[in-house]
Amino acid sequence: MCDSCLIDVRGLDSYYGNRQVLFDIRVGIPRNRITVIMGMSGCGKTTLLRHLIGLKPSPPGQLLVDNEDMGQFDPARMSKFRRRIGVLFQSGALFNSMTVGENVAVPLKVHTRLSQSTIRIITTIKLHQVGLSEFIDYMPSQLSGGMQKRAGLARSLVMDPEILFVDEPSSGLDPITAAGLDNLILELRDALGMTIIVVTHELDSAFHIADQMIVLDAGRLLSVGTPQEIRASRDERVAQFLKRQADPKQEDNDAYIKRLVGERSRKVGVQ
Amino acid sequence: MLQHIRALGAVTMYGVGSVGRMGIYFSHMLRGIFRPPGKLWPTVKQIEFIGARSLFVIGFTALSTGMVLGLQGHYTLSKFGSESLLGAAVALSLIRELGPVLTGLMVTGRAGSAMCAELGIMRIDEQIDALECMAIDPHAYLIAPRLLASLIALPLLTAFCDVIGIFGGYLVGVGLFGLTPGVYMDSVQTSVEWQDVYMGTVKSLCFAVLVIWICTYKGYYTGVDEGSFGPEQVSQATTKAVVLSSISILLCDYIVTSIMT
Repeated sequence: MCDSCLIDVRGLDSYYGNRQVLFDIRVGIPRNRITVIMGMSGCGKTTLLRHLIGLKPSPPGQLLVDNEDMGQFDPARMSKFRRRIGVLFQSGALFNSMTVGENVAVPLKVHTRLSQSTIRIITTIKLHQVGLSEFIDYMPSQLSGGMQKRAGLARSLVMDPEILFVDEPSSGLDPITAAGLDNLILELRDALGMTIIVVTHELDSAFHIADQMIVLDAGRLLSVGTPQEIRASRDERVAQFLKRQADPKQEDNDAYIKRLVGERSRKVGVQ
Repeated sequence: MLQHIRALGAVTMYGVGSVGRMGIYFSHMLRGIFRPPGKLWPTVKQIEFIGARSLFVIGFTALSTGMVLGLQGHYTLSKFGSESLLGAAVALSLIRELGPVLTGLMVTGRAGSAMCAELGIMRIDEQIDALECMAIDPHAYLIAPRLLASLIALPLLTAFCDVIGIFGGYLVGVGLFGLTPGVYMDSVQTSVEWQDVYMGTVKSLCFAVLVIWICTYKGYYTGVDEGSFGPEQVSQATTKAVVLSSISILLCDYIVTSIMT
């Protein structure tokens, strides 16, 4: 944990019903930096993200934001916190019945008393930031997956948040579009001093943008550090993850099939 | 044996928990009416969706129901030599009972299922989560306009249903069986009282609340219990919403009728 941390996770446990999915997560998220949370599929990255943005309630004392206990937030306090954040969901989460411009304008229309023309100007600026200004009157279904994500990013930035949460920004994107989105994230940190938390399992993207990396494995914290520290880690599981290797203790496909055929042959009495 | 008792306990706990969650959802739905954002334009859009677009199906249902009532009513009344009361029979049946119930069932099947599916897709696509993360109350933004629109549209649709149904009975009674038009309309006028219209209106308002409450609840919580968010969950939620709404309308109809009669 660090003194300059904006978010302080102190022994967070998380459950879905009786199934525990996060075990004693302890980590600090520094201000004005990009923190990447990564790990294999199913390791608890998105669950941790949902706790950080308040979609999953946290037990008291386990999650602090600016030294305030998020587990004790009432609805009014939580609403105040959410006005400080922007969230880009994996699919973009655009509202299908609205145009791109109307989607981006939703927070402005609800939380401000700006005129329609001013809202239109701000919306155009935000869409220009993500390279979509000419698509302002298009419906989301008319956009590609990457464009929908960029439109979702524009909506998450429209209220100039202090903290930006991004869930799997490069999933479903081609490498060039994914790289463009990564560079956009870097620009947001450099130009606006934003604190950005990114959840991803794409190693190349993670190492390209991260100031701090958090590696999870089966709901447990495996490692925390700068990209250089993570690369130099002597932990076998971290090394396996970085080399994109399967667990050597797992049998390969051939051995699995041979074992399965052998078991079934024994059952029917065939030698 | 213990396993069966455990299973029964789990089902009971789940049922009680669901009822409790529906109650909490109902309170959030009502509270959402008084919370921002503004509701005028979204409510008007929903009135168009729930009300205006249901006119054809309600009109068709009402016309055929009125005509069938005319046929069956004339058959029954002719046994007592009381064909002249056909107008009263058709009008009272529609205004007190069939108008609100058929309107409620048709709106459930058309608009209720669509709303459930729309909200279910929003749930699985994380759009409802996105609203929460933008500090926008989803109940105020999505559900309250639908409730207000339903409270306005359903009584009007019920009145429309009643008028078309009475006309359907007129077509059969006067056109088919040769009743005098004046006799038919006079029996309607003399038999229908404000109490009957009041009962029909109260029923339509109750059904409006039920349809929106149940259909939007099922859509809003699509996949949440199963922990799985996919098209199958949307389909299951829509089916359950329509079935539960329909049963609730019929139960509520009996309760309101027994109280107001």
